[in-house]
Order: sequence, then structure tokens, then C-alpha cells
Amino acid sequence: MAFTAFAGQSQASDTVARRKSPIALFLLLPGVFYLVLFFVTPLLSLVITSLQEPDPVLFGQFQNAFNWQNYVTVIETYWQQSLRSIGYASLATLFALLIGYPLAYFIGITLRPYPLLQALGLVLVIAPFFISFLLRTLAWKQIFATEGPLAGVLSSVGILGPGEAISGTTFSVIFGLTYNFIPFMVLPIYATLVSFDLRLIEAGNDLYGSSATTFRTVTLPLSATGVLSGTLLTFIPATGDYINASREFLGSADTTMVGNVIETNFLVLQNFPAAAALSLLLMAFILVLVGLYVKRSGTEDLL
Amino acid sequence: MKGFGKWAIWVYSGMAFVFLLIPIVYTIIFSFNDARRTNIIWRGFTFNNWLNVCEAQTVCEAFGNSVLIGVVATILATTLGTMIAIALVRYRFRFRNTTTLLIFLPMATPEVVLGAGLAAQFLQAGVPKGLGTIILAHTLFCLSFVIVTVRARVAGLDPALEEAGRDLYGSPAQVFWRITFPMLLPGIVAAALLSFALSFDDFIITNFNRGAEVTFPSFVYTAAARGIPPEANVIASAVFFLAIALVLIAQFSAAARRRRLARAR
Repeated sequence: MAFTAFAGQSQASDTVARRKSPIALFLLLPGVFYLVLFFVTPLLSLVITSLQEPDPVLFGQFQNAFNWQNYVTVIETYWQQSLRSIGYASLATLFALLIGYPLAYFIGITLRPYPLLQALGLVLVIAPFFISFLLRTLAWKQIFATEGPLAGVLSSVGILGPGEAISGTTFSVIFGLTYNFIPFMVLPIYATLVSFDLRLIEAGNDLYGSSATTFRTVTLPLSATGVLSGTLLTFIPATGDYINASREFLGSADTTMVGNVIETNFLVLQNFPAAAALSLLLMAFILVLVGLYVKRSGTEDLL
Repeated sequence: MKGFGKWAIWVYSGMAFVFLLIPIVYTIIFSFNDARRTNIIWRGFTFNNWLNVCEAQTVCEAFGNSVLIGVVATILATTLGTMIAIALVRYRFRFRNTTTLLIFLPMATPEVVLGAGLAAQFLQAGVPKGLGTIILAHTLFCLSFVIVTVRARVAGLDPALEEAGRDLYGSPAQVFWRITFPMLLPGIVAAALLSFALSFDDFIITNFNRGAEVTFPSFVYTAAARGIPPEANVIASAVFFLAIALVLIAQFSAAARRRRLARAR
């Protein structure tokens, strides 16, 4: 359901009686074949790669093996970066929720009497999607730069000590992750709130519930699916992201996340088995999370 | 309390909107910066960057590649995705749950994993990386988003309209092209635009599968180390204005239609 928010449409229930027909096969096969060929088999390639061992003769080459020790090695070597990724992504998701929920409430409920303003609000939320992800992250880097406007103000007030920078810190990376994924939080919550029946709030007030009580017992539970989807949609890309934490962007050597490690191992060090093993561990972690969510609401509901 | 809450949410949301817009405005302003190589410090206003975009040679080449990849991947993903979306809503078939899972999983997979998986596969199969591998990768991650977007539209379609077409002796092909397809078109267009936007801005998956090819995001990434030329800001800003114009037209016409309908009722 959450993903339909991108189309600006709420999910219509499937009331149509489904037929059985050979046409279904014709419609499904090409796409399913594509998914198998470019999603399932790459995952199998990752499994094979993750178990490879160095070639005894050719330096820098790998041969197929059953070297599960790779997994132990990457966990031992990169547990810090992996935990950091989860920590950073969790905090970014929390901040995105704190900023995104009120914003979604504002557009979906407060602005409901003004359709044009509502449309404008929605456009403003998705506007960051239309400007290069990398350039808007670089914009923050330049705003945070030592010679930039913000650092000057902060150091004159004394918040920023001499020689300290905003960019390249834990703060700037979490800040960047929060900024970049806020729309993913707002859209699904907005999608649940935009069709929310306002009479339910009236009913809460009629029953002598204060605004706070009504919000806590009526509005919030009814928008829970949106919050859950938004949380997943923010957390998943944030955990695997390596732009914000990269040294050329908002990070430094101290903020390396698991995405950076995978990228470096694959593309720079060409240590394919390590990159593959880490990728699969990351995927397994995400799948457990998503599995918990699916258990709660069902796969069909997610789509 | 209630009055305060109303007032507070306007201020809070206003601040959130400003927060969202700051880097966009920054990027646009710096597209007018009279900078030579590194576009970090403001050196004065100029239109030169806009008038001679292709001066920074590789920017335009990278932009061209991104457009080409975006168009081809969008056509592939939209075609395959629309077919699956129709099948999902309209037909009964075995392995339905497996199929939905297969569609959902790529969206739940972090981009690094998708990118590394495809790269590992291309490596093992001995496929040289280039525009082709980028297009194959982009089609994959756009596909799921297309299916989900079009599926919502198919589900909202009244089957009685198609039945009426059949009752009037329309052949299956006529019914599809004259009734079903035109009614699905807004959803398909939305899916295609989303797909192009996703492809155009993708960096992570592209970086694993591009070989020596340069796309617009990968140009920016490489240039980040030594300074981004202002021409990159020009291209990003131009794309932004174009996209915003498209979305504003769509949103406002939809809002106006809703208002007309509400008045007619």
C-alpha cells in the first residue's frame, strides 16, 4: 500500500472476480522472467561469490569454493561499520518521523479545506526528488563547510570549537540521511491521513476526549500502517546508503557505513567475496525486518 | 490548547518546507555563480553557465547518457510492468503469492545489494559493463515501482465498461485498445515518469554496473572530489524546473477537477 503513495492514489480494493486464462501467462511471463534473470540469479551469484576463496596461483583472482569462513571474517572486520549503519539509519528514521508525521498531518488534514494549497504542499514534499540526490547532498556539505555561513555563526557563538567542523561528523551524516529520506516518510503517512474520516476526531471530542487523547487513541492508531511503511521506506535505503557517509560528501573516515565498505571492497579493492558476504548479511537483516512487517499486515497489503 | 496546536502546526510545517527547500534553492542559485572550476564560493552573478552549458565537456555527454538510459529503461520497465499489473488484478493463477513476493522484494532490497548482485552476475557471466548493463539494471529496479503504480489504476477500473464493450461485439483487441488502455493511461504515464525519475537520479546501482560509462550522477560523484563545475548545477536546475512544471500542471488540474466534481454534486 505504501508504495502506491507515489502515484498519488489510494489503493482500491480488488472487488473484481479474477478469471483463469492463458492470457495471464502471456502477461506475466516476460516480466517474471526478467525478475528471475536480473534479481534472483544475481542473488545466487552473490551467494556463490561470497563463498569463493583466493586462487592459489593467480593473484587477485578467486575460485569457487565453500569458504563460509568469509562470513566470519567480514563480521569480525566490519562489525563496527555494520552496527554504525543500523544506528545511523535508526536515528535518521526517528528524526524523519518527527519531522515527517506533523508534515503529513498538515498536508493531509489541516490543508484539506484548501485543495490547491494541499496540492502545492505535496509538490513541495516531492520537490527534492527532482533535483539530483548528489547535488543536494553536496549543497549541505557546502552550507556546512568551514568557510561556509553556518560554521561562522556557530563558532562565533561558541558552539563550534576552534578547528572543529560540522561536515564529516556523525551529526552531518545523520542529518544528510534524515534530509534525503524525509519524502519517503511523509508520502505513505500522507496516503493514510488524506482519506482519514474527520468525523472520527469529532466523535472523539464529543466523547470528552481532549485533542491529545483523541490523537493518541484515534488518529495515530489509524495511521499506523502509514507510519510502518514510512519507517521501512526510510530505514532500508538509509542503512545501505553510502553517499551521505562518503568522505567526498557529508562523512569522514570515522563515519564509514556498511554501504561504503561494500562499495570499496567490490569496486576498489576487488575483494568480491567480502563484498558479496556483507551484501547478503545486510539483505538478510533487512529481510528479517520486512518479514516482521509482512507478518503483521500481509504481502498484498504492502504492495 | 486547541488554538495553539493549530497555530503550531502551521509554523512547524512551514519550517519543515523551508528545510526541504534549502539545498534546492542553493543548487539553483549556484548555477548562476561566476565560478571557473570549483563552484564553492560565490563570485558574482552570471548567465554564462546557462548559455554555455556544454562548455564543461563531459557534463553534456553524461547528461545525454542519462537521458538515453532513462528512456530505454522506462520503455522496457513500463511495458513489462503494465502487463504484470493487469495480470495481477484481473487473473487467477498459481504461485500468486510467490509472484507478489518476487515483485516486492527488489523494492525492499538496499540498492548496494542490488548493484553488487548484478555486478557479480555480469562478472561471472563475462558480460562487459557499459550502457547495456546500466539499462538492464535500471529496468530491474524501475519494474517493481511501475507494477505497483499501474496496479492501483487497474484495481480502480470498472470492469462493467469492458463488459459493455464486449456486449457490443468488440473483439478482445478492440476492447483493450479502445477501452482498457485509454483508461489505464494516466496510471501508465505516472509510472513512466516515476520510472524515468528513478533511473535519471540513480547513482548507487549505476556505479556498480557502469564500467567506464559516465551518467550525470556518476559525473557529479567523480567531480565532487575536485569541485563540481557550475554547469552541473545548470543541468540539475533545468531538469528540476521541467519536472516541477509537469507535476504542478498535473496536480492543479486534478485539484480543479475534484473541485468541479464537488460543485456538480
